[in-house]
Amino acid sequence: MAGPTPAPAPTEVDQPTDDTSTEPDAPWVVLVWNDPINLMSYVTFVLQKLFGYPKAKADILMLQVHNEGRAVVANGPRETCELHVFRLHEHGLWATMQHDA
Amino acid sequence: MGLFSSSRRVRRVREGRYKLALPDEERTLVANLVAQLGELLTETTDDPSVRRLFPTAYHDDPERDREYQQLVRDELLGRRLAALATVGATREANELDRSQLTAWMTALNDLRLVLGTRLDVSEEAVELEPDDPEAPAYAVYGYLSYLLGEVVDALADGLGDPEPEPDSPI
Repeated sequence: MAGPTPAPAPTEVDQPTDDTSTEPDAPWVVLVWNDPINLMSYVTFVLQKLFGYPKAKADILMLQVHNEGRAVVANGPRETCELHVFRLHEHGLWATMQHDA
Repeated sequence: MGLFSSSRRVRRVREGRYKLALPDEERTLVANLVAQLGELLTETTDDPSVRRLFPTAYHDDPERDREYQQLVRDELLGRRLAALATVGATREANELDRSQLTAWMTALNDLRLVLGTRLDVSEEAVELEPDDPEAPAYAVYGYLSYLLGEVVDALADGLGDPEPEPDSPI
């Protein structure tokens, strides 16, 4: 991601904790991948806007994308994840989805 | 007075309202870029830099990805063109509502994605000689990044404001 000098990587990463294991089509995960264009502040804002995450959580996920190359930003049934991916694509983020192996 | 030395270009003034304090030459630049991107998107979505606006959803499943692309492509294109049209229509505005400023955010980021892909930008800072043929494009890219940062900060200030959810295409 483009932006100011990155802060140190968080030592603990707060993964989304929605328990969707009882969903028939679960579990799918939505990943956001690092790219050199999207601004760090923009990625944080999009995660807050789309998922309602508080800024602190959105920042942690953004830094995980930046420092580790990708982060799981949501999970759930396939249809829900596909809508998440669509909205992330609408905002220009590199998002994919896959079965949680 | 340098480009980046004056006061903020975009700020939230009250619930759902945002002040847009852009010099005329910057409005003209943004309007020209937006018009160019609109033409490009209308002509082709196969250009490599334009493909960046329509990313892969399923890395490991080409068949499902084809279905996804067929499902969302027109919707994604329509939303991008609508955002560009909103910026064109509000190029002279001094105050925007939240959905209009969100359209500015979308358009500015789409411009950065296409231009940044063409310049093959990396996360490393680039040192260019003033006479480098790519220097003007990098300057525009830097300006778009700056202005987008202003828009994002203003919208983040209003994250608690009411916001209508867009319709789902899926």
